[in-house]
Amino acid sequence: MNAHFDASRRDFLRASATLGAGLVIAFVVPGPLRRAFAQEGAGAAKPLPAPNAFLRIGTDDSVTVQLAHSEMGQGIWTVLPMLVAEELGCDWTKIRAEHAPAAPAYAHTAYGMQMTGGSTTTWSEFDRYRQVGALARELLVQAAAQRWGVKPADCRVDNGAVRAGTHSARFGELADAAAKLPTPKSVALKPREDWRLLGKPTRRIDTPEKITGRARFGIDALPEGVLIALVARSPTFGGTVKSFDDKAARAVPGVRDVVQVPSGVAVVADHFWAAKKGRDALKIEWDAGKNADLDSDALMARYRELALQPGTPVASAGDAAGTLAAAPQRIVAQYELPYLAHATMEPMNCTVRLGDDRCDIWVGTQFQGLDQPNAAKAAGLKPEQVFIHTMFLGGGFGRRANPQSDFVVEAVHVAKAAKKPVKVIWTREDDMHGGWYRPMFLHRFEAALDGDGMPSAWHNVIVGQSILAGTPFAASVKNGVDNASVEGAGDSPYLKAIANHAVELHSPEVGVPVLWWRSVGHTHTAFAVESFVDELAHAAGLDPLAYRRKLLADAGATRHLGVLNKAADAFRWDRPLPEGHAKGIAVHASFGSFVAEAVEASVVDGKPRVHRVVCAVDCGTALNPETVRAQMESGIVFGLSAALYGAITLKDGKVQQGNFDTYPVLRIDAMPKIEVHIVDSGEKMGGIGEPGTPPIAPALCNALFAATGKRVRALPIDLAKAEAPAPLTPPAPAASAGAAG
Amino acid sequence: MQLTVNGQTHTVDVPADMPLLWVLRDVLHLTGTKFGCGMAQCGACTVHLDGAPVRSCVTPASAASGRATTTIEGLSTDGSHPVQRAWAELDVVQCGYCQSGQIMSAAALLQQNPRPTDADIDAAMSGNICRCGTYQRIRAAVHRAADLAEGSA
Repeated sequence: MNAHFDASRRDFLRASATLGAGLVIAFVVPGPLRRAFAQEGAGAAKPLPAPNAFLRIGTDDSVTVQLAHSEMGQGIWTVLPMLVAEELGCDWTKIRAEHAPAAPAYAHTAYGMQMTGGSTTTWSEFDRYRQVGALARELLVQAAAQRWGVKPADCRVDNGAVRAGTHSARFGELADAAAKLPTPKSVALKPREDWRLLGKPTRRIDTPEKITGRARFGIDALPEGVLIALVARSPTFGGTVKSFDDKAARAVPGVRDVVQVPSGVAVVADHFWAAKKGRDALKIEWDAGKNADLDSDALMARYRELALQPGTPVASAGDAAGTLAAAPQRIVAQYELPYLAHATMEPMNCTVRLGDDRCDIWVGTQFQGLDQPNAAKAAGLKPEQVFIHTMFLGGGFGRRANPQSDFVVEAVHVAKAAKKPVKVIWTREDDMHGGWYRPMFLHRFEAALDGDGMPSAWHNVIVGQSILAGTPFAASVKNGVDNASVEGAGDSPYLKAIANHAVELHSPEVGVPVLWWRSVGHTHTAFAVESFVDELAHAAGLDPLAYRRKLLADAGATRHLGVLNKAADAFRWDRPLPEGHAKGIAVHASFGSFVAEAVEASVVDGKPRVHRVVCAVDCGTALNPETVRAQMESGIVFGLSAALYGAITLKDGKVQQGNFDTYPVLRIDAMPKIEVHIVDSGEKMGGIGEPGTPPIAPALCNALFAATGKRVRALPIDLAKAEAPAPLTPPAPAASAGAAG
Repeated sequence: MQLTVNGQTHTVDVPADMPLLWVLRDVLHLTGTKFGCGMAQCGACTVHLDGAPVRSCVTPASAASGRATTTIEGLSTDGSHPVQRAWAELDVVQCGYCQSGQIMSAAALLQQNPRPTDADIDAAMSGNICRCGTYQRIRAAVHRAADLAEGSA
């Protein structure tokens, strides 16, 4: 493969000697920013600003890769350096990674802003980070060839050294000379068959610091003189402080200050314990605001009514309404999913040091590209005066990718009011009450079956809040449809096999802040679609695996079929299970990857028990198969926690859960055996951080149906509330089958 | 009050009811021990008091006075404890935030029970939550650590 840079792109590639001795590979950014650099005196022959560096090779042989994305467990700390190392030919044991600062140069190659999300890091950086490595290799080879008076073609690169005949030089010895050479106009990237590192299971390189307590997360930031702050926030969403009495709070030993900020009242203290006791001693009168009556049960009742109304068209073909009306029988089912908290292990926190013309922020974030301007606005500074030091994230799952930068902006306000460096820490309860949940959703389905039991009509009405409405990404809401509400349902492959279908959406406005939660819309669409297809199979008296195979074959969904077959074979679908055990399966594509999961489960004391999960994943090319396996295991556990236990509920405007006692998550004693099989299709590359999550809830509930004959139609699973199989109803009055047929 | 942490004695001026976790983190700046829940629900704050695992978020500092506190920083100087080696071999960690607590719980388990079964591991480790879902690798790594400990004994 040969990566040619066109004229405009070529301008952006420079090698430059900065940051002391050694070789720095930088991508200069285009447009206004490039001009800004020129004003600072940076040109082709002059040093570039440090933030532009993607790779540094030191004269001590060190190789440091700057990561444009955040490490939150998903393994990019290892795979991005692998991309560089594959092309560079360095000694893998010498490679190091660092989070890049916030700067336009590190903008996401597909999204245009610096961020980590959507399971996109690996595929979106596949070319850029390999090119970085290839450019550096070319320069090191040229430097060696010049030194020895040989042709570059006669040089070879091996494990951190360039060799030609009897000559040999380590990268560190060549780095200075390489930095003075002009950048090649194009670089050749290795063909896949020559890969030595990519595609091989490779251990994480952040392990040594994470098993010794040395790894620094946001909550571990310790700038000189930092104080700890806790913020008392409104018990209702959008509530405001009417008045407060801080006398008792200020009397707590260790409390240094009490300041009001837009989100509430902050107690600033020498340590967490004083801040906590000070906050407990605050007397605050709140104006509860317009969300004081929010009640999730009442809201779901409203959603049930909405689901009977025509919604905004998402997808349609043929005549769903007419076919359903004329059908001798219809199958109707409705699925309900609650609000979910991300509950990252590391509660939200942010550390801010604010000066007159500079703001330093230490934070675990997925959204540097918006946190920087949002923090600048709060600080009264320019974005380039805000320096974000990205720390390890103790889990992200979407919560640390907030378009409003809630936990960052609030900390800037506290630092500004307190006039001291502060670390704002959220307690677990603050974090759980704090909103930004996976939205509550309802899916209603009606289907008709033909003489062979296959669906001839499919009508799906989806009800739930839009995540993108009101954010800087609202422009992507097209024709009233937020794709994050319908992904996986509006584009389900089954629709291609069903001549008459209609998918509709209602996006009610509710005062609960919502956000993407690991696999976003797929968290509910996969559950709804894969449960309903299972219901259709049982209504038709057909094996649910065979039923899916038929539909997917009709739809030409070969990658879905590939993983479905792999999971079923590896599970040994046809083999009898132990007494009392039952099986279920589901397949779903998300973020460009295809995942099938087969579950063996039973019911013990009225509760589901998951024994085994067999997962097959096709992400195109598995660059680090060990990471792919780990992320499937992780996504499955995340989905199981939600399926078995997860619900945020509201009463009188207040969130009813607070800690892991009322918002349980999966623990090791409920952990099933998980087997992951990678289907190496070589097709277009997808993501792996999220796609493991969507299929597990439906696969489990399908197994529970097989075990009990009862359908779980609401999450989290409560077998006492599981229902009889989908009712078969007589023909409907024509008007009620939806408007989009 | 005097606290002995990882073999070093510190004199700290803190309220007697201040949880050990915050003394470690905010006063001694030993940040390897993590805050997760504040009510002994998640195990991220697990340390050893005289070798026994405790949740430092609900252990008053006064209860640690006169006893030996060991944190993740003191388990080994270089990550060479059998549990740490096993964790590295099996690529257990993901985000890593809970792993100090997981490792301290596992080390205490092996101290008491050098050959735990899966059921023993589940019983001893069910107080430690991992939102990344590394439990399967944790189970395997505890067994591996048992092997390593036996080999090095």
